[in-house]
Amino acid sequence: MRVIAAITAKDLRQRLKDGSLLLFGLVLPLGMAFLFAHLLGDGPGDGLDIRYLVVDSDGGGLGGVFVDDVLRPLDEDGVISLEEAADTEEAEHLVEEGEADAAFLLPQGFSDTVAGGDRAVIEIVGSADSAVQVQIAREIADSFAVEADASRTAVLEALEAGADETPEALSQRVREQPAPLSLVDDTTADWRELDTATYYAAGLAYFFLFFVVMSSVTGILDERRDGTLARLLAAPVRRSAILAGKSLSATIVGAAGLFVLAAVSSLVLGSQWGPLPGVAALVVSGTLAAVGITAAVVTFSSSSEQATNRISVVAFGLGLLGGGLFPVAQLGALSVLSFATPHRWFLHGLAELGGGSFAAVLVPVLVLSAMAVVTGALSLFRLGRMLNA
Amino acid sequence: MEKVVAVVGLTKSYGDVKVVDDVSFSIGEGEVYGLLGPNGAGKTTTISMVMGILRPDAGEVSVGGIPHGPEEMRTKALIGFVPQQNALYEDLTAVENLHFFAKLYGIPRAEAGGRVDEVLAAVGLTDRANEAVSQYSGGMARRANIAAGLMNRPRFLVLDEPTAGVDPQSRSAILEHVRALADSGVAVLYTTHYMEEAERLCDRIGVLDDGRLVAEGTRRELVTRLGERDRIDLAVDGSAGDAARLLEALPGVHAAAAKDGGVELSVDNASELSPAIVRTLAEEGFEMRSLQVREPDLEAVFLSLTGKALRD
Ligand SMILES: Nc1ncnc2c1ncn2[C@@H]1O[C@H](COP(=O)(O)OP(=O)(O)OP(=O)(O)O)[C@@H](O)[C@H]1O
Ligand SMILES: [Mg+2]
Repeated sequence: MRVIAAITAKDLRQRLKDGSLLLFGLVLPLGMAFLFAHLLGDGPGDGLDIRYLVVDSDGGGLGGVFVDDVLRPLDEDGVISLEEAADTEEAEHLVEEGEADAAFLLPQGFSDTVAGGDRAVIEIVGSADSAVQVQIAREIADSFAVEADASRTAVLEALEAGADETPEALSQRVREQPAPLSLVDDTTADWRELDTATYYAAGLAYFFLFFVVMSSVTGILDERRDGTLARLLAAPVRRSAILAGKSLSATIVGAAGLFVLAAVSSLVLGSQWGPLPGVAALVVSGTLAAVGITAAVVTFSSSSEQATNRISVVAFGLGLLGGGLFPVAQLGALSVLSFATPHRWFLHGLAELGGGSFAAVLVPVLVLSAMAVVTGALSLFRLGRMLNA
Repeated sequence: MEKVVAVVGLTKSYGDVKVVDDVSFSIGEGEVYGLLGPNGAGKTTTISMVMGILRPDAGEVSVGGIPHGPEEMRTKALIGFVPQQNALYEDLTAVENLHFFAKLYGIPRAEAGGRVDEVLAAVGLTDRANEAVSQYSGGMARRANIAAGLMNRPRFLVLDEPTAGVDPQSRSAILEHVRALADSGVAVLYTTHYMEEAERLCDRIGVLDDGRLVAEGTRRELVTRLGERDRIDLAVDGSAGDAARLLEALPGVHAAAAKDGGVELSVDNASELSPAIVRTLAEEGFEMRSLQVREPDLEAVFLSLTGKALRD
């Protein structure tokens, strides 16, 4: 333990003498977050302004349920503002003009499609300038589609089980049920999206975290080049302690950077990161995941320059995919892939936290910790080979 | 004399090349053992394995009777290491560096300050102790590098060419200090290119060539092995390498190698052979500037054993 602390303290002392920390840890993420938040989003501190249109070409029961039981209550609560448009063209025009953020298009025969046993599709037309609002619209529609699907399955099952009503009558009955409560719950669950200022501050902070921890973690390769690693290895110090000391200093630097960014972006940009214990859990597990990933890359590299290049590529790749640079959630298939990145889980965790549910942070924290453990174990395993090369 | 270090059958290959081949030696308490060999002979590779930094393909090292290895903390605590490359954190001061190494060796804080002063004084860096190592001259950095290896008051001290790039005065001070450590009972493993250092400092010398230990013994034993052989140093105009190849073919010449622009010869009898050497060089158009017959020394031993000059 004492040795790990000594290595950590020595690394921190060296890092403090080096300017990249300030650049990657503070100046770049804050500057870019400030820029993005002002270019793309609402002003500091405002809640999200959401204007939706709905075009109900269905005329049947299911479309009515969606409009009356899903969208209207949100409108009445002031969460969104909802207008009806006469037809698809008008809706598209208004969205294009920026009069609305997104439009829900309920196609003709929507109810019948569902009743006939096919998948229900609610189309979304979204404005490119309102990424977050469009994403929310999509998730509302998706969760309703899932519900409608469940109802359809219920009808089919009832038929197979020998119910003696016609399919039409059965689905009529399902439709006449008030929208299931669970639907409303799901909608609010997906509702937990970060406001723009927080999204960009957090996304960029986590994106640049990889560059902040990078110089600490690649330090082991610098030490090998400079010969000081030979001294560490000659001393009565376990190899795992060398890795632990380096990882710890990287974690301290990384986590401290995230905390400072959270504080500064809250003050300057009006970001809302959420309650401290939840933020702390996400920051620490998120930093550990970043340290583990960078450490694993380092153990596959032969020089600090090579490792730096590779980590930069990995950090950009994961950052783009995971939404560290812009919201990827609305990109459909990519949105699923994004859950392979720590960025997505970090942002997802913060969003859950913003939704007020502390317990919901547990899953992102566990996923991030698992990423840290797996990559950390890989690094440790690779370390022996690297040190003997 | 009690054995402190035993090295048995160390072997290491990189690809198909055996860089260290079945090297064995032992070092007793208070003894300075010199590893002498040209560039690439395998000195640093041998030392890395002795230190437990590099895993050998075969062979064993024990220190103080304990089998030594990369994860054996008991033996590591006994060994002081002065690597060939200056191994210090350049952005930290000498004092910061030494305190860091003190912590690695578990030296209590209360004691560390005194040790730092002690080793800095030993290498004559007390005045510049609080400067970043990056501000040091080459020779000062070498001395700080030695200081770091002394921090743990080792029972076994390993120095890999510690005086390369150090001025003669400091070198002399360093040699005296190493001698004093040995006299206090420390076992020392010392590699060098400098013949004078090996002759002056080392109690026993192992001659390493192409990864193999080709001879071992005290200076006197090694020189006696030469028997009647003499050494001749020539200065010639023209290619020393060509001249060496030419002379090596003469009967009675045991070995010839180019060195420092001249030629070094190991011959059976210097006075008998000198006229033939002069004649041969003249016939082939080399102008000879000087010819010196030397007392048998380690340089001659090395040449005779390996056919190479120690420093090509
Ligand atoms: N990691 C490595 N991979 C491949 N070859 C290596 C490696 N390390 C050393 N060698 C080779 O092993 C041989 C011995 O090298 P070593 O550094 O032990 O020599 P040395 O006697 O210390 O030389 P010098 O006097 O120049 O320090 C050299 O030919 C070197 O090229
Ligand atoms: Mg060497």
